[in-house]
Amino acid sequence: MADLNGMTIAAARDALRAGEVTSVELTEACLAAIAGAGALNAFVHHTPEIALEQARAADARIKAGEAPAMCGIPLGIKDLFCTRGVPSQAGSKILDGFLPEYESTVTQNLFDAGAVMLGKLNMDEFAMGSSNETSVYGDVVNPWRRGNDDAPLTPGGSSGGSAAAVAADLCLAATGSDTGGSIRQPAAFTGITGIKPTYGRCSRWGIVAFASSLDQAGPMTRSVRDAAIMLEAMCGHDPKDSTSADLPVPDFEAMLTGDIRGRKIGIPREYRMEGMPDEIEALWAEGRRMLEDAGAEMVDISLPHTKYALPAYYVIAPAEASSNLARYDGVRYGHRARLAQGDGITEMYEKTRAEGFGHEVQRRVMVGTYVLSAGFYDAYYNRARKVRTLIKRDFEEVFAQGIDAILTPATPSAAFGLGKMSDADPVAMYLNDVFTVTVNLAGLPGIAVPAGLDKQGLPLGLQLIGRPWEEGDLLNGAYALEQAARFVAKPAKWW
Amino acid sequence: MSIDKETAAKVARLARIRVDEDRLESLAGEFNAVLGFIEQLGEVDVEGVEPMVSVTPMRLKWRADVVTDGGMQDKVLSNAPDAREGFFTVPKVVE
Repeated sequence: MADLNGMTIAAARDALRAGEVTSVELTEACLAAIAGAGALNAFVHHTPEIALEQARAADARIKAGEAPAMCGIPLGIKDLFCTRGVPSQAGSKILDGFLPEYESTVTQNLFDAGAVMLGKLNMDEFAMGSSNETSVYGDVVNPWRRGNDDAPLTPGGSSGGSAAAVAADLCLAATGSDTGGSIRQPAAFTGITGIKPTYGRCSRWGIVAFASSLDQAGPMTRSVRDAAIMLEAMCGHDPKDSTSADLPVPDFEAMLTGDIRGRKIGIPREYRMEGMPDEIEALWAEGRRMLEDAGAEMVDISLPHTKYALPAYYVIAPAEASSNLARYDGVRYGHRARLAQGDGITEMYEKTRAEGFGHEVQRRVMVGTYVLSAGFYDAYYNRARKVRTLIKRDFEEVFAQGIDAILTPATPSAAFGLGKMSDADPVAMYLNDVFTVTVNLAGLPGIAVPAGLDKQGLPLGLQLIGRPWEEGDLLNGAYALEQAARFVAKPAKWW
Repeated sequence: MSIDKETAAKVARLARIRVDEDRLESLAGEFNAVLGFIEQLGEVDVEGVEPMVSVTPMRLKWRADVVTDGGMQDKVLSNAPDAREGFFTVPKVVE
């Protein structure tokens, strides 16, 4: 069996159960691929001993005939997830040396299902970024390149390490997290599938918090079927997260029939942005045609407050971040600045946070502090929360009209060059999330599916947005899109 | 609404992040770029609209008010940059 590290979860599961391969073999193949992929800078903490121990345990379980779908599947884990005894830094210097004494619920759920952890994956610091350029570990490089041009491209962010690792066959799948598009945008930039479930589907316990009312974990995989399998293992009610939903988790994979006849899929007119590249427009039209051919009824819809989603997000997310990141004070964990003679506790806080936080994180914490400060709380923070109510209402109204899902582009462009946005206004970078951020504000499930290549040979993705708690139906729509798009391209190996 | 150097310094102080004097000017400029962008929210008619509290309405669960966890002082302190005799230690707070 060639290229074990390039298998889908579904194929590996079937091969493991049939005794055609062992988890140790799959794991060793991935470890070898990781060892040869240092140039991508995707894996930043390596855990081969843990991986092989978990793989041996998984093989024993499979042999005993007691094997859940994820049993023996080697995964990469985003650095945002706390993993017991393994560095978990959220890509930040301020968590340098932090070794959690506990396991995040999502990773615990995956390990309980028999999954194998290969190591921790690079990401934008505290998940704040769209290009994986704010990480303390340095940039992640996208395995994709433009034609014969060897200029390094961004894998997107913040789950850039996860996206690059899955696209480059370093692991079978990876965990990601999505606050404004951090699963879906990198998935689109690297030609893989990524789903952000409904807010509350995955427990946030043990995941380093960025903006608590928006953060959700989700899988990043090579197929929609894999997304269904892995999501099911990740989610479920958790008493340790009061916002985790006490709802049964359906068998998502069983819902993948590919039959979307009669489903009503909305095309929101407000997502046709001024200056949108022709290729994105063409891909979107192609997606519409594919779903129509599959028997769906395409409906033009309006989501009138779309334009205000990004500005509302850039009030709410920094406000929540400024509160969440207050815990990094140099007292309980992570970095503490070296103090000068006579420095008191305030100097300790200020120096620790200046040294420990990178530039983008500092900026967002301070913007959040400003919008929450006396005199501006109503003008900015409360107004943004009211606009958020209106954005959610837009979606509720179209769903009430019988719309089952909404089709949009995943990103406004293909992957761009590393360093290309560094001189730009911070707002230019924020525009990457223009199609994805509405979904977080409304708490809805959204999935990015690779749907084509641009003229330079880079992957482009489409996004489907579903009704709350109906990830199964959403995944089925994505499955129909995947079958029609037949995206099979892989990056040519240069690393 | 434009942020000047003094306001930038005040925000940095509130956020407990030391910013060198020579960086304040450019920081104020960055704040203004972001605030200029979020200023658009002023166009939206929000009359009578409730600010969102919870995106997926749910009743928070209740449980008995009893101790369910604890007794792990060593684990709690294991990541502290400075811990002595079972306590977190910080520079002197009270003279």
